[in-house]
Amino acid sequence: MPGKLKVKIVAGRHLPVMDRASDLTDAFVEVKFGNTTFKTDVYLKSLNPQWNSEWFKFEVDDEDLQDEPLQITVLDHDTYSANDAIGKVYIDIDPLLYSEAATVISGWFPIYDTIHGIRGEINVVVKVDLFNDLNRFRQSSCGVKFFCTTSIPKCYRAVIIHGFVEELVVNEDPEYQWIDRIRTPRASNEARQRLISLMSGELQRKIGLKVLEMRGNAVVGYLQCFDLEGESGLVVRAIGTACTLDKLSSPAAFLPACNSPSKEMKEIPFNEDPNPNTHSSGPSTPLKNQTYSFSPSKSYSRQSSSSDTDLSLTPKTGMGSGSAGKEGGPFKALLRQQTQSALEQRGGSPHRFCRRREFPFFTLTAFPPGFLVHVGGVVSARSVKLLDRIHNPAFVGIMGNTRSYKLLDWNSFNSDEPETRDAWWAEIRQEIKSHAKALGCHAVVGYSESTSICEEVCILSASGTAAVLNPRFLQDGTVEGCLEQRLEENLPAGCGFCHIPYDELNMPFPAHLTYCYNCRKQKVPDVLFTTIDLPMDAAVIGKGCLIQARLCRLKKKAQAEANATAISNLLPFMEYEVHTQLMNKLKLKGMNALFGLRIQISVGENMLMGLASATGVYLAALPTPGGIQIAGKTPNDGSYEQHISHMQKKINDTIAKNKELYEINPPEISEEIIGSPIPEPRQRSRLLRSQSESSDEVTELDLSHGKKDAFVLEIDDTDAMEDVHSLLTDVPPPSGFYSCNTEIMPGINNWTSEIQMFTSVRVIRLSSLNLTNQALNKNFNDLCENLLKSLYFKLRSMIPCCLCHVNFTVSLPEDELIQVTVTAVAITFDKNQALQTTKTHAEKSLQRASTDNEELLQFPLELCSDALPSHPFPPAKEHLESASSNSGIPAAQRATSVDYSSFADRCSSWIELIKLKAQTIRRGSIKTTVTVEKASPVGEGNFRNRSSPPCANSTVGVVKMTPLSFIPGAKITKYLGIINMFFIRETTSLREEGGVSGFLHAFIAEVFAMVRAHVAALGGNAVVSYIMKQCVFMENPNKNQAQCLINVSGDAVVFVRESELEVVSTQQPAANCQPSCTGGEVTT
Amino acid sequence: MTSELDIFVGNTTLIDEDVYRLWLDGYSGLWGTVCGCRFGGAVVLDGRAGRARMSDAVALRVRSGILEQTGATAAVLQSDTMDHYRTFQMLERLLHAPPKLLHQLIFQIPPSRQALLIERYYAFDEAFVREVLGKKLSKGTKKDLDDISTKTGITLKSCRRQFDNFKRVFKVVEEMRGSLVDNIQQHFLLSDRLARDYAAIVFFANNRFETGKKKLQYLSFGDFAFCAELMIQNWTLGAVGEAPTDPDPQADDMDMDLDKEFLQDLKELKVLVADKDLLDLHKSLVCTALRGKLGVFSEMEANFKNLSRGLVNVAAKLTHNKDVRDLFVDLVEKFVEPCRSDHWPLNDVRLFLNQYSASVHSLDGFRHQALWDRYMGTLRGCLLRLCHD
Repeated sequence: MPGKLKVKIVAGRHLPVMDRASDLTDAFVEVKFGNTTFKTDVYLKSLNPQWNSEWFKFEVDDEDLQDEPLQITVLDHDTYSANDAIGKVYIDIDPLLYSEAATVISGWFPIYDTIHGIRGEINVVVKVDLFNDLNRFRQSSCGVKFFCTTSIPKCYRAVIIHGFVEELVVNEDPEYQWIDRIRTPRASNEARQRLISLMSGELQRKIGLKVLEMRGNAVVGYLQCFDLEGESGLVVRAIGTACTLDKLSSPAAFLPACNSPSKEMKEIPFNEDPNPNTHSSGPSTPLKNQTYSFSPSKSYSRQSSSSDTDLSLTPKTGMGSGSAGKEGGPFKALLRQQTQSALEQRGGSPHRFCRRREFPFFTLTAFPPGFLVHVGGVVSARSVKLLDRIHNPAFVGIMGNTRSYKLLDWNSFNSDEPETRDAWWAEIRQEIKSHAKALGCHAVVGYSESTSICEEVCILSASGTAAVLNPRFLQDGTVEGCLEQRLEENLPAGCGFCHIPYDELNMPFPAHLTYCYNCRKQKVPDVLFTTIDLPMDAAVIGKGCLIQARLCRLKKKAQAEANATAISNLLPFMEYEVHTQLMNKLKLKGMNALFGLRIQISVGENMLMGLASATGVYLAALPTPGGIQIAGKTPNDGSYEQHISHMQKKINDTIAKNKELYEINPPEISEEIIGSPIPEPRQRSRLLRSQSESSDEVTELDLSHGKKDAFVLEIDDTDAMEDVHSLLTDVPPPSGFYSCNTEIMPGINNWTSEIQMFTSVRVIRLSSLNLTNQALNKNFNDLCENLLKSLYFKLRSMIPCCLCHVNFTVSLPEDELIQVTVTAVAITFDKNQALQTTKTHAEKSLQRASTDNEELLQFPLELCSDALPSHPFPPAKEHLESASSNSGIPAAQRATSVDYSSFADRCSSWIELIKLKAQTIRRGSIKTTVTVEKASPVGEGNFRNRSSPPCANSTVGVVKMTPLSFIPGAKITKYLGIINMFFIRETTSLREEGGVSGFLHAFIAEVFAMVRAHVAALGGNAVVSYIMKQCVFMENPNKNQAQCLINVSGDAVVFVRESELEVVSTQQPAANCQPSCTGGEVTT
Repeated sequence: MTSELDIFVGNTTLIDEDVYRLWLDGYSGLWGTVCGCRFGGAVVLDGRAGRARMSDAVALRVRSGILEQTGATAAVLQSDTMDHYRTFQMLERLLHAPPKLLHQLIFQIPPSRQALLIERYYAFDEAFVREVLGKKLSKGTKKDLDDISTKTGITLKSCRRQFDNFKRVFKVVEEMRGSLVDNIQQHFLLSDRLARDYAAIVFFANNRFETGKKKLQYLSFGDFAFCAELMIQNWTLGAVGEAPTDPDPQADDMDMDLDKEFLQDLKELKVLVADKDLLDLHKSLVCTALRGKLGVFSEMEANFKNLSRGLVNVAAKLTHNKDVRDLFVDLVEKFVEPCRSDHWPLNDVRLFLNQYSASVHSLDGFRHQALWDRYMGTLRGCLLRLCHD
């Protein structure tokens, strides 16, 4: 009995009228946890009942505490017939299980019904008494903290960053066909909500266990997703980065945590594989070992089965293989190797079948200073799978029993279902890892995974940014001294991360290298693409802007395999074009780097849609981008030429205008300074459109844009014309507005405190006749552009402001429907300070970084906290087998899992294709800096205390919501726990509720309300890193029905305005612990 | 390409004051007109119709020049208007019981905005209120709203809202004890000014004072509200200081109904005109005091008995409900019109009324001084307010 849960039902208010005769309600409450139920008395004839119940006590396992939600049902008592349900409240009690988070949940919760929406509120108090349980075989992981934030949370210091954790659980979806059903819609919706709540609880607990195994105490960048696979079931999966975090106010834990890895570190050489040739991790490794290879993983393979452990794809593609040490220096190779070995060692685990350790992935997008050394570029992988119903007898007849699904968990039961999904993801991750290797990187940062499902076809996608991490954080052996020295001199602040991690003579793709414009010492690529946030100390010129590539492709309707094949065939072209568009638009903006790149490919019945969003910036370290040249196909035609030159002029004008708009004025650098000792393989890079067949016609044109390389657009058909036009149709935001999809806007650093988070959803119906790719593209483009225009208009009162973290999600709910969902936050800034030069900013941040560094961010990666044998990377080719053999799964099952990935071959072949085709693109590479500012994008010193007046007089505390990890003008003082909520809303009176717009508008408003209420009940006043992960909307207007599923998550926090900080800090603890039964009042 | 669904939801609910005004004024967004069709017809068709047609509200916004100021398109404006209209529609339910708006969790609205929403929602048009002031707030009256709408040029929707507001406030405070204004303020969170206006409306509706007669048309709502306030302060049960300490369970509502006993007692004043000596004495007292001070002295002297008879008879008649209703008609007929026909300046009216009331104290044979003061004190204020063109 390791936990006692106590619940008290205080009162209700604004209940609906349940008895028409009296216009009143006889309400009572059922409190259920697990299989135990308590009831309050019936409070007769009132819409504002005062139950003031006793404390209901549940004695439960901590495992249950983690998995189960507390379920509160409000009912109307009826003497003669069945009691009518008014609505429910699910309370996740997880936040009460961490020692330092919330101590009590107390406040008004909206009573929610899946058919009627919010129906009044109920005041509840929940407490947990947790007994310490030292059982090492326990199944619970109470106390592991979860954060959605993709950086080290503000009031913590990372002692160790352990690495990637993932898990998934699968179950039958209680309602895969919402229209045909036997039970009432309410019952099936509730079953579904409860099940998903249980599954996410379980998932979190299991991830927690893995973290404990790794000796971590927290998961950062936790991302949990649902795949509604329809008939084949429901998958809940999560990824995150395991860390050991230390609360900043308690410095005690720091030393021991730091020492232990180093101690163990020393033992490693003895434990390790004795092969001295390939072994590179030990301090004894000579600096100039020419035998280093890119794939030294062999040395660690002794634990794995006999299978080949060289997992890199290098032999196949010829990329990045061979010795790296020839010219770029042994230093780099060593760096790489040490990083890798460190990462691999982390793979060491007492459980042989713990496959998760093999991926050196980090879901973080912002890093402590010095963590990132170099950034290689974006790596991504996609795979098309066929969903298949799993015939599992365990499913039969167990619905309604909320616990039985646990039998299906892959750890405890022999179901092959999750195994399949697991294998699919393992495969994708493997692909990502090998791509990263090809870029000379051993880690992937800013990593994320997503799916798009249509009928039985599923596209799995993963992407991240290949990076080299600083070995200084990996070990503190004898090498460190000299390494560090070199690091310091080689990696000047602000440009180090731009320097290429790969060997310039063995470039994985053709790229145009120059010496860094900042330090002039190292090579940099001409363009850099990344999925991470802009490092704080990066030297940026001007401001950034949101850049989107949008693309539709028609596809024939098909079934099963044929469908999957068709999709697989289309994908590479889509990726290629998306990248082309991105590149063109980037050049049009006069910028040279993309951050926060997110490419989403969605599949529908008869089309595929691609939407890429990123934030373009001009990195001072990278060369000035060349212009865009237009080439005509028939140069002899006079009028045509005229037209072409007209277009060319327009493009040049646009570039000039954009440079002005975004204040891009790079200092002129004379030729001599730059020098050009690099043999340039090509003076200009030419990008030919994929459709164009003739490349020779353009060769004679003088395309060079002065000395810079130019981008060539060949106008060879109307398609191309359209594309050029569409390039020019993107209108810049109205003056006073900026937008980006990263946490902060590069070039703006003086935020004021007004923020407005919003969600906007649009669905358009395409006219079904004569759909062509062009028409589709235009429609899609217009949809997105109009949506943005609407946002600018609506938020005009906030000018000057910036839309940050603009997150577009596109889906194809039906044949001719396109749904776009946008969540973002508008933040005001002070115009007068906006002109502050980037230089002073950089200086400031540097200053800050140096002071912060010491206390905040000394965290070695955990290379060696387990002294156990390390686990090798399984080889790419055989990863399936090795994986399954590792996990001890019988051969028979292995066979089935291979069957499920019947498209694996095709996938890998198209990935190859993409690789070849998109090489020009991938050159977008990355960088890391030594002195990155702390993750907060905003130097606190820059905040202006223009806080809005406190909302006196209001009975409901204000809860801010933001997709960012910080709140401008305020300091986060406490993290109260993760908010992860799933809601279903359904209606059978769609017209009466105002049609689809009215229905969804109300539902989203209700979701916000429920999130706020939960945060307020935890004693918080804001949600940071808020994300709406899913918004699935289905309608059937003929039946007057609609249904919507929404999944949101975020971190509940307490923040204090900086202006009030001194005053409040002393009162803070008291304020937090006080449950305000009167309505969760919170200081703002 | 047609838009099926288009919504924007902010964590802080966006309120555009201009759009709110349009909504309150009853101009249709897409919602009112085209969605009317939506309810009957296919969704696709209606989507198209919506795009093609510009709703009244959007057209008005376009006319305000917002497109030029912001560089937006009509489609953007339409979408924005619809978002706001939906929000207002959802808020409307809460606005019916404003304290709910404060406690609800669905919309996060800063307090200043909440106050604005409430205040504007309960604001009413002068032209409209004059039409229904003193009428029974019943279904019958509601049916006449069509005519009122045509007559006043206020949209029917807006008329309905205003009428429903009156009725709602009436229903809530009807049965309540205590100060009418306080009750209204407490239950509807209105500003002091607006709460007073509502008190007047409720008071008039409850006592069914006739205000619609042609000869009363020159009076504004403000005039009536002023009178109502005086009457509430002096002539109702609540006005008598001892009432709260002596709660009579059978007692009528404190502030809404006139003090029946008081009205009954007013009969006693008849002696002032019935007793010839008393009337003459009263007249001579007033005339002596005002001689030389009044521009219209001779007219006053000639008319004194008529005027006095008029005022006293009005008092004596108030026992009958019908006559209570005609109070303002009578006052205008018996006092205001004679004064007006003789062109009394307002100052002379004031001097006369003051002296007229005060002189009664010197009438030895008259025993109902307190009653007289309670009656005349209020009436004097009302009459002064009513005397204008």
